[in-house]
Amino acid sequence: MKFGVVVFPGSNCDQDLIEVLSTYSDQTVEKLWHKDSDLKGCTHIFLPGGFSYGDYLRSGAIAKLSPVMDAVAEHAANGGFVMGICNGFQILCESGLLPGALLRNTSMKFICQNVHLTPGNTELAITKSLEMGQAIEVPIAHGEGRFYCDEQTLAKLEANGQVVFRYCSPEGELGDQHNPNGSLNHIAGICNAGKNVFGMMPHPERCATDFLRNLDGRSVFDGLLA
Amino acid sequence: MQQELATVDQAQQLGLLAEEFDQICSILGRTPNFTELSIYSVMWSEHCSYKNSITWLKTLPKEGSRMLAMAGEENAGLVDIGDGLACCFKIESHNHPSAIEPYQGAATGVGGINRDIFSMGARPIAQLNSLRFGNIDTARTQWLVKGVVKGIGDYGNAFGIPTVGGEVYFDDCYEQNILVNAMSAGIVEVGKSISAAAGPAGNPVYIFGSATGKDGIHGAAFASKDMSEDSINDLPSVQVGDPFWEKLILEASLEIIETGAVVGMQDMGAAGITCSTSEMSAKSDVGMDIWLDKVPMRQSDMKGWELLLSESQERMLVIVQKGEEAAVERIFEKWDLTYAQIGVVTDTKRVRYYMGEDLEADIPAESLVLGGGAPVYKRSWTEPAYFEKIKAFQLENVADLTLEQAQEAARKIVALPNIASKRWVYNQYDSMVGTVNETTNLPSDAAIAKVKGTHKSLALTVDCNSRYIYADPDKGTQIAVAEAARNIRCSGAVPTAISNCLNFGNPYNEEVYYQFKHAIDGMGKACRKFDTPVTGGNVSFYNQSSNGQAVYPTPTIAMLGLLEHESKRLSLNFKQEGDPIVLLGKPENDLGSSQYLAKICGVEYSPCPFFDLDTEYTLHGLLGELAGRESIQSVHDISEGGVFVAAFESALAGGLGFDICSQQEVRLDAWLYGESQSRVLVSCKPEGLESLLSLAAKHGVPALQIGTVTGPRVTVNGSDWGSMSDFELGYSQALPSRLNA
Repeated sequence: MKFGVVVFPGSNCDQDLIEVLSTYSDQTVEKLWHKDSDLKGCTHIFLPGGFSYGDYLRSGAIAKLSPVMDAVAEHAANGGFVMGICNGFQILCESGLLPGALLRNTSMKFICQNVHLTPGNTELAITKSLEMGQAIEVPIAHGEGRFYCDEQTLAKLEANGQVVFRYCSPEGELGDQHNPNGSLNHIAGICNAGKNVFGMMPHPERCATDFLRNLDGRSVFDGLLA
Repeated sequence: MQQELATVDQAQQLGLLAEEFDQICSILGRTPNFTELSIYSVMWSEHCSYKNSITWLKTLPKEGSRMLAMAGEENAGLVDIGDGLACCFKIESHNHPSAIEPYQGAATGVGGINRDIFSMGARPIAQLNSLRFGNIDTARTQWLVKGVVKGIGDYGNAFGIPTVGGEVYFDDCYEQNILVNAMSAGIVEVGKSISAAAGPAGNPVYIFGSATGKDGIHGAAFASKDMSEDSINDLPSVQVGDPFWEKLILEASLEIIETGAVVGMQDMGAAGITCSTSEMSAKSDVGMDIWLDKVPMRQSDMKGWELLLSESQERMLVIVQKGEEAAVERIFEKWDLTYAQIGVVTDTKRVRYYMGEDLEADIPAESLVLGGGAPVYKRSWTEPAYFEKIKAFQLENVADLTLEQAQEAARKIVALPNIASKRWVYNQYDSMVGTVNETTNLPSDAAIAKVKGTHKSLALTVDCNSRYIYADPDKGTQIAVAEAARNIRCSGAVPTAISNCLNFGNPYNEEVYYQFKHAIDGMGKACRKFDTPVTGGNVSFYNQSSNGQAVYPTPTIAMLGLLEHESKRLSLNFKQEGDPIVLLGKPENDLGSSQYLAKICGVEYSPCPFFDLDTEYTLHGLLGELAGRESIQSVHDISEGGVFVAAFESALAGGLGFDICSQQEVRLDAWLYGESQSRVLVSCKPEGLESLLSLAAKHGVPALQIGTVTGPRVTVNGSDWGSMSDFELGYSQALPSRLNA
């Protein structure tokens, strides 16, 4: 198992993610520069949060054209693990590796706060260590995180168990008042039909370090080792 | 030089005095041309030269055992924090641009302060801001608040440095002149920081970052005059920010420093290329030849003086070791940055600016800069006339509250804009990127940001209750420093140094100058007492409308503290039902300049609250001993809204409530809502009460149990005032509902 974190110009959660992933592996976590198309033998590819290319045009719309994304797409097509967090999720949707789109939050404002998540399927690589109905506390920080897709796609996501996380109450209940951005079906994260490409708006890497006094995010990474 | 000679009329139009024009002629030994005059006009503007403030700034304490760079020496202060690391921090204003174009004004304020930090080689890890607006109910204020908050958020969030704290105030005096002060703190290895030096002749001078456009020309001059209805004509002086470029130049700057090829670096803020080239030349006692036509431009028809004065954002000037050009150019290419060598260091001690073959300006570098040839004035001052109204205040004329009236007042107080929750503001800022913010999940009076790789954390706070300073500039400013230090102490950290942002009216107004002079006196006294040297900052005069109204004197204090170890950490939230609540410090019959008196009773003129520097210092000694004591559950400073609001905030943060009893020797209104200083609310485990009281006695700090932590209800003097959630509703909804947001 070798982790790689792609660095786009404007990525700003790359280092946070590298620090957390380093605690899961003896091997150096590779930084994969967006202009390269070599994944350096990494088995697990992460697209970090941030504002790639300033989020100009549309979040993720320019980053998907980076040379490294061809290699990421090939890795995904071969069944390799790919995970996008926040801006990384937006890039995966823009590049077609995940269905749907991330629209402006219904409040039309950037929102940074702790929210609660409950898994939609606990058989997935990043939810294996969780139980159905369980809630974990993880922060969000985005202006464009409202998951949207057409009805058929949504029905497919639900039917195939591709909903990875939903926003919920601290007790794990679903409801509009617990949905911070207006996402369809309270969706906070999804995966592809092959269940090897994951995207989520919340930041598990921001709650996986002792001194931050919230370790709930570790459960997401724990699954990778399980 | 081919250009026409400048005239004294032109000098005055550019904001210079007639005698300053004469001085320029005598420095040059000839009459300046228009380009040269423009250069002097910005470099000798208040904003760049500090000509009306430097005399007093020099009286502030600058020395301390932890100081690695002293005030004025570098772009920002540099403080040794141990473990081979230094913290570089500074606060700066961006008031005038924000008053006209709140979104871009605030955004570029954030950009500018962060460049000051990373131009010294430090990676910013946390930022804060201090904002002041007029009446929250006016459409203008609502537009300004929304624009400023969005500007700070959009820039800071994309740049990727967490906003970990700040303050927001509303007072009518800021209606025309809002204040936007931004602070940033970064970390650099000791010995690896970069100076704004030029090195020996022959070194190449590079510009990198954004291309230069016509935006922001004469921004420094604009910041050096009163705001008026015509200020909207200054709109082209407001720069436009691009946080994406800022992020790229941050990474590129730190990478080129790693190559060892960098001799000196400075960001381009006020007065752009002019300021950076002349300051770096003067600092190293050298000169520079600058080829303006080589500067990457956004449009092709730019004139020499426009290139010199442009304040286009996200640009850096770097002096490279001769022969090492390829190493830095490779990094600029990697980050796809615009760059060019635009000149060379010379031994002429003159800055010479060329357009092609034409020499456009030729000036001794030293004559332009603060500490060199820039003028220095000591203005006269008079005691403000409004002091009479303050002296006339009599507490006896304010009727004390009955318990029933006090309950009604409490609901109003938690919903006052200056006290109510600022969540609507800070939720729009990314406060967690970088994974250093330790206050997200454990709140305290100061923001705590981890210094990764160590057990240490920075404690950061910005404080200034300008109403106090309006009432008494000297004592009020002592309070501003004291409150910052108290916030640091209440978080378990030790106050270490300050940076200041001095926002005042027009210095040529003698009453304003009185406020300024006495505020500096007070700051000096308090900083000496707390051993927190002043590492720098900035002065923003002319926060005054054309109708003559100046803002309250607002010397914002940005304080850095050091938390040696996680185990010393103190937090503000109540932890456990049944814990005793102890008031440290003596309550006074004092409502002076309190939010209750000003906003509920409508008394505009009253004295500064009770404050004594020695009493405060004694309290800090006690707080220092509370840090790390296992039985201490919460510590929270008593400030706006008095004991009641302090208890309410601790309870809310802990999801609990409180039951408190006032002391008979003090009026009920003053006991609950008075803001007399040097007081702190502590909760402790029941078994720790006795030792807390005896420790306080040992330090000579009055301490009394005034109540207990309860389930989520509010009880005062035996009377049930309702559930915490009722109070919370008013507290949390006040800002969004009054802002129509």
